[in-house]
Amino acid sequence: MAATESPRVPRPSVAPNAEAPAANARVRLKAAELSAFFGSSEVVKSISMSFRDREVTAIIGPSGCGKSTLLRCLNRMHETVPTARVAGTVTLDDQDIYARGVNAIEVRRHVGMVFQRPTPFPTMSIRDNVAAGLQILGRERPSKTETDHIVEDALRRAALWDEVSGRLKESAFGLSGGQQQRLCIARALATRPAVLLLDEPTASLDPISTQKVEELVYELRQDMTVVIVTHNMQQAARVSDRTAFVLAGELVEFAPTNALFTTPSDQRTEAYITGRFG
Amino acid sequence: MTARGPAGGVTLPPKPSDRGRKARPSGVQRAAAERTRTTIGRRRVVNVVMIGVTFVAAILATLPLIFILGHLIKAGASSINPAFFTEIPKPPGETGGGMANAMVGTLVLILAASGFGLPIGIGAGLYLAENRGTVIANGVRFLSDVLNGLPSIVMGIFAWQFLVKPMGKFTALAGGIALGAMMIPLVTRTTEEMIMIVPVSLREAALALGYSRWRTSLVVVLRTALPGIVTGALVAVSRIAGETAPLLFTVLGNQFWSTSLREPIAALPLQIFSFAISPYDEQHSLAWAGALVLIGIVLVISLAARFATRSRFGRGGD
Repeated sequence: MAATESPRVPRPSVAPNAEAPAANARVRLKAAELSAFFGSSEVVKSISMSFRDREVTAIIGPSGCGKSTLLRCLNRMHETVPTARVAGTVTLDDQDIYARGVNAIEVRRHVGMVFQRPTPFPTMSIRDNVAAGLQILGRERPSKTETDHIVEDALRRAALWDEVSGRLKESAFGLSGGQQQRLCIARALATRPAVLLLDEPTASLDPISTQKVEELVYELRQDMTVVIVTHNMQQAARVSDRTAFVLAGELVEFAPTNALFTTPSDQRTEAYITGRFG
Repeated sequence: MTARGPAGGVTLPPKPSDRGRKARPSGVQRAAAERTRTTIGRRRVVNVVMIGVTFVAAILATLPLIFILGHLIKAGASSINPAFFTEIPKPPGETGGGMANAMVGTLVLILAASGFGLPIGIGAGLYLAENRGTVIANGVRFLSDVLNGLPSIVMGIFAWQFLVKPMGKFTALAGGIALGAMMIPLVTRTTEEMIMIVPVSLREAALALGYSRWRTSLVVVLRTALPGIVTGALVAVSRIAGETAPLLFTVLGNQFWSTSLREPIAALPLQIFSFAISPYDEQHSLAWAGALVLIGIVLVISLAARFATRSRFGRGGD
């Protein structure tokens, strides 16, 4: 199993990026001097970084380093927690998502998110779960047939269609953990977001489900920007084009994945990826 | 007080097979083993006695209901016949007649009380769950607990003062509101608790899809908590179904058919009360029968509550 390989020997079986990522890929999402607070404690400290189109960016770092919080600032989920606060800017296609007059709900429709544990809605069928994000579009809400097509398309992209096509009306709780997580990815894809944020999406999955989700991430990068937070360095090496190493709320190093794992420029990065702390 | 061996475990008496090979135990060891035997013996006795005591307590806890049901069946079952469910009460002294109008009246009152109490209770519970820790939420929660402990007769007097007196007559509506007000604190607290057990991750998943806060609350959180809320509502209904005191001051009772909210209405508890204090044996046994039917209604509602939770939660889940 690829998961047992050392991070020093990246490029395993599903490696999407045999060569270094193209330097000219368009920047889709950009954080500038982004800080995030819980009350008075600063958990993300003035981080600036860019996420490019058709690339997977991995964020790694020890537990509690602020990597999930950083991710949650990118679709304005951070502010849903009481006492949470954000400073700095995040731009999506050159539009500041924290600017006055920008609606957080609108932002979240364009920046999808999948969480650590699968979160299917227990009262909805498999189909309705995938369509959940479409039901709130108001006048742009698709018709029933359109919705069926979108649901099928999203489930196909999430590599789940073949497993659930016969039981779309059944409860989503009848699926396995790995299927539930791919259902959540399908749900996030159904609204066609420009960016997909994955917060340790395989942390609660078994190795086989993990592999399926990783292959899926590889597929997704063909037409969108993907940001994945993981505490599994092998996973970062396998699925990402660029990797950011975050420590105690600071961005220590951000480089093409190959370079970061083979020739880290910062002492702390090297210490972390060789397992000396964290 | 427990005797312990050198290894920290309880010392057991040596097995018969060990006796020949090992050195004979010293006097001290023998005394310790003897003590252990008596301690274990005493523990066994205490265990049996305590199991017996709690068993008797468990039986005693259900005994009142068994006695009541037994007596109700003995005294009232003979009066339960088709006429009891279809006819209105006969004048005193005449035989026959039933409590059909009182049963319908009780159902009308339950509907009116639910229509008034459930929306307010569920709405308040949703507010308490969504605004935990705020001054207003804590105040509302405290006052709602106080209201829950309010004697029902006080509720009746207030309903009389503020509804019956201004309207100039006793009405079913006033009774429905008084009973509904008694449901509110119960429904509020169960709704709050049921919403609090909906995982935060579910709420976040909805928000991350672009759901607004109110839509997340209504479509995802409230719907997920619905089976529990339904149970809470049914428990509240079964609690007010037998209330008599608030009705004495509000709906008055009615010897004839009426389903109008603007007129006095008959209700089972009131009918039982007025028949029970009448001097006629015929009416006494009708009162017993009415009590039996009332308990039956409450029992059905309780069973419905259990069924509602079981069938919903039984569908998969972690």
